[in-house]
Amino acid sequence: MAFTAFSATAKAVDQAPRKRGWIALLLLAPGIAYMLLFFVAPFIQLAITSLQAPAETGGIGQYVAAAEFSNYWVAMQEYWPQLLRSFVYAVTATIIGLLISYPVAYLIGVKVRSKPMLQGILLILVIAPFFISFLLRTLAWKSILPSELVGTHFSVIFGLVYNFIPFMVLPMFASLQALDLRLVEAGSDLYASPATTFFKITLPLSMPGVVSGTLLSFIPMSGDYVNASREFLGGTGTTMIGNVIESNFLQTQNYPMAASLSIILMVIILVIVATYVRKSGAEDLL
Amino acid sequence: MGAVHSFAEAGADLELVGIQKRFPGFTAIENLDLLIPAGSFFALLGPSGCGKTTTLRLVAGLEDPSAGKILIGGQDVTALKPHKRQVNTVFQSYALFPHMTILENVAFGLRRRKVVDPVGKAHEALRLVELDHVADRKPAQLSGGQQQRVALARAVVNRPSLLLLDEPLGALDLKLRRQMQQELKQIQQEVGLTFLHVTHDQEEAMTMADTVAVMNKGRIEQMGAPEELYELPKTVFVANFLGQSNLFEVNVVGSNDQAIQTDLNGSRITVPRSRTQRDSGAITVGVRPEKLRLHREAPQADASVNVIGPGRITDVSFIGVSTQYSVEAPEFGVVQVFAQNVESGPAAALGDEVWLSWHANHTFGLADDRLETGALTSEFTTQAIATHAALNE
Repeated sequence: MAFTAFSATAKAVDQAPRKRGWIALLLLAPGIAYMLLFFVAPFIQLAITSLQAPAETGGIGQYVAAAEFSNYWVAMQEYWPQLLRSFVYAVTATIIGLLISYPVAYLIGVKVRSKPMLQGILLILVIAPFFISFLLRTLAWKSILPSELVGTHFSVIFGLVYNFIPFMVLPMFASLQALDLRLVEAGSDLYASPATTFFKITLPLSMPGVVSGTLLSFIPMSGDYVNASREFLGGTGTTMIGNVIESNFLQTQNYPMAASLSIILMVIILVIVATYVRKSGAEDLL
Repeated sequence: MGAVHSFAEAGADLELVGIQKRFPGFTAIENLDLLIPAGSFFALLGPSGCGKTTTLRLVAGLEDPSAGKILIGGQDVTALKPHKRQVNTVFQSYALFPHMTILENVAFGLRRRKVVDPVGKAHEALRLVELDHVADRKPAQLSGGQQQRVALARAVVNRPSLLLLDEPLGALDLKLRRQMQQELKQIQQEVGLTFLHVTHDQEEAMTMADTVAVMNKGRIEQMGAPEELYELPKTVFVANFLGQSNLFEVNVVGSNDQAIQTDLNGSRITVPRSRTQRDSGAITVGVRPEKLRLHREAPQADASVNVIGPGRITDVSFIGVSTQYSVEAPEFGVVQVFAQNVESGPAAALGDEVWLSWHANHTFGLADDRLETGALTSEFTTQAIATHAALNE
């Protein structure tokens, strides 16, 4: 009897990991299918398109499969100013957004922590703009802003900051809400002035929120094509790389050019993000 | 002189004058006056919500008093921000900075005050608590007991004139707790600092402190050396909170220069004048359970001995070092008796009829009007108070 019992236990132990492996795989399947279908497949398609050459017939939008790596070189040569402008805009808007969002997140996550009602109302105020379409709100700003400002660097950066602030506030709020205020008290007990306490304790402990908030806004900002578009807040001198890709895809139907620009944009963002995350010491996020 | 930029030569006096602290909806401390002499180990003892943690936070500067003054070493610090006070706290939650190494945690205060060689001094403090070998680790990698010792090192390394301890041993298991109690006491004697220790553990307060103040409902009920508080409690609260007591409601029936005579449903209980707070009318008197003796027969009358009985033994618990009896009678209710097991085996058995006697000199007379257990105000955790403080900034 005892031996049977033991062998049964032994078998169960033996089987457990394999069984768990299957369950894990089963649970992962929808995610994997999603990634394959909506990221890997389109990406391969994009990469193939980026290497296409014009068809012999010479018709607009007619391309054939090829290995035309020079597409990348041409794209860079032709559009580097727009590419550079996109990143200057995105970095500027991220920094301005950070300076606005952090105090807001601090107010909601720390200062009004003991008043759940007020905290809820403030959070709703941060999220409320999402109830109205992003396009409508951006269009509204076109009429609110003085007409001489529309179409300038200012109006585009303004639009970017405005549209992405909630994406910054929410992760920073989550970090600051979790901040143990007793640590702040311990700092002041150990002779740190309020400013020192902030830079030595509060800020480092809310860094995960700062990093994810800035990434969540910087990445879509770099590829944004709404704010800088002439129909919205942009002008002739504010074209971003997103606008270039859009017009190449939809207007001139230069698919290889649009595809190679998309891949260039993606690679540059990846390099910037990787460097940023390493420098800020927040590798855990990746 | 820049007091904050130097190590304290010795502990400093702490004086609280007419301190009041009101929060919206309740009063945490009502009119507190307290003088803690330099170099002493002082314990504030009380149940949760009695105002002891608030008192500590007021001294640290984490809370502002609604009224009153706080003086440290004779200097009025009431308006001084916490980081300007030469006071350090060992927090109940330890509050170690999770993103810094143990060494950086300990060196934090030294660096802020620009003390020379902060790293060397931090290592020295870690050696004092026998944790120098974990200097490079992060707090999360340490056990609770180790974290507690780091919190202690982080405070002591600054040589504050006053060290505040907020139930620092609460989370430790009994064995580690006893060991830390001894170490704390030793460190206090070595460095000669003034320690203000807040706790709800009466045993901890009595073994460690020179002076214990029992706090209840925002007031200090009684203050003195541990033996004094135990042998001569002045209120029902102190008699019950510090150890156990048998309390009787009696009427004063006579008195002379030395003592008062009271009547407990027919039995005479004598209380020395020097040991009673009141000497007329209906009063409450008490005696500690270990002072009582069991008798199988009515003992002979003796003016210096109080006798009650007979009663019946309704419970016998053998503890090992002692036996605890419950004796019940309509005359006096239920009385606890602790008897040392000097002779082997219990002296009396369940259901036995017994008389109880004790030395009149062991009786104490209390100040309360009637038996009052004293309902406690709701509990306020340090976390809730901290959130409150952040809000009121």
